[in-house]
Amino acid sequence: MIEKIARLQAYLDARPYARFLGARADSRDGNLVLVLPFSPHLIGNPALPALHGGVIGAMMELSALSQLSLDHPRHSPHQTIDVTIEYLRPGRAQTTYVSAHLKKVGRRIANIQVEAWQDSPAQPIAAMRGHFLLGAEG
Amino acid sequence: MSEVPTDRVIIDRMANSTPQAIALGFEAISMAEGRATMRAPWRADLVEVVGSTALASGVITTLMDHCSGMAVAAVEEDRFPTATLDLRIDFLRAAAPGADVMVEAHCYKSTDTLAFVRATAWDASPEDPIATVQAAFVLNGPQSPRPTS
Repeated sequence: MIEKIARLQAYLDARPYARFLGARADSRDGNLVLVLPFSPHLIGNPALPALHGGVIGAMMELSALSQLSLDHPRHSPHQTIDVTIEYLRPGRAQTTYVSAHLKKVGRRIANIQVEAWQDSPAQPIAAMRGHFLLGAEG
Repeated sequence: MSEVPTDRVIIDRMANSTPQAIALGFEAISMAEGRATMRAPWRADLVEVVGSTALASGVITTLMDHCSGMAVAAVEEDRFPTATLDLRIDFLRAAAPGADVMVEAHCYKSTDTLAFVRATAWDASPEDPIATVQAAFVLNGPQSPRPTS
């Protein structure tokens, strides 16, 4: 798992937008997770305050693509085809965890489901389902 | 669409007092009659991966969510989206290298509790979109207090 975390962290380190968010790699309960520590620039609703929905969506897409890249590396990058993001609870001003599950990886298309949570994975703040186009084989 | 905003206060709040919108440099272009247009200016620190010069898809996701919420707020002055219920995004192609991204969102239906929005993102022309969105929002009622910021 330590080696997987290091590979995920290297993936994030090469991504300026992931660094803008402040995403980093870790593990929880034996699963690789993306961790987004709270930062004031991530707020979308100052009244609550709550994380911007776009930030949560972006983290879930990043989680899906990074998990796919780690498990199924290809010569050219994987691409997002479509995603459906469901918001379940407000993302509060605290650390967020995101974990992706590859439901089906075919020759060209992958179906991935992602969940984001804060206090407990049993109480997700958002979920995402999406299709991804696998990069070309080397 | 009118280039004259109907409610500069709402535009200022949604574009200029939302920390994430400020951090991404979002610019509100117009807002009227259920339609809103915003721009995400290109920035080197917001590209997807080192070596690429196209804005990251996460920036476009956030712009589309934000602009869709603005379109809901542009329907009626005292109705505000309290939460995004869901957001379906089709990524049609990558943004062009070094290009700003524009989004136009249209709230085409709203009820007492819900609003439905379609949005399109593009760089050079709306006829050649980068991404399209279908979104649903939960509304606060006319009796509910407006969010303060």
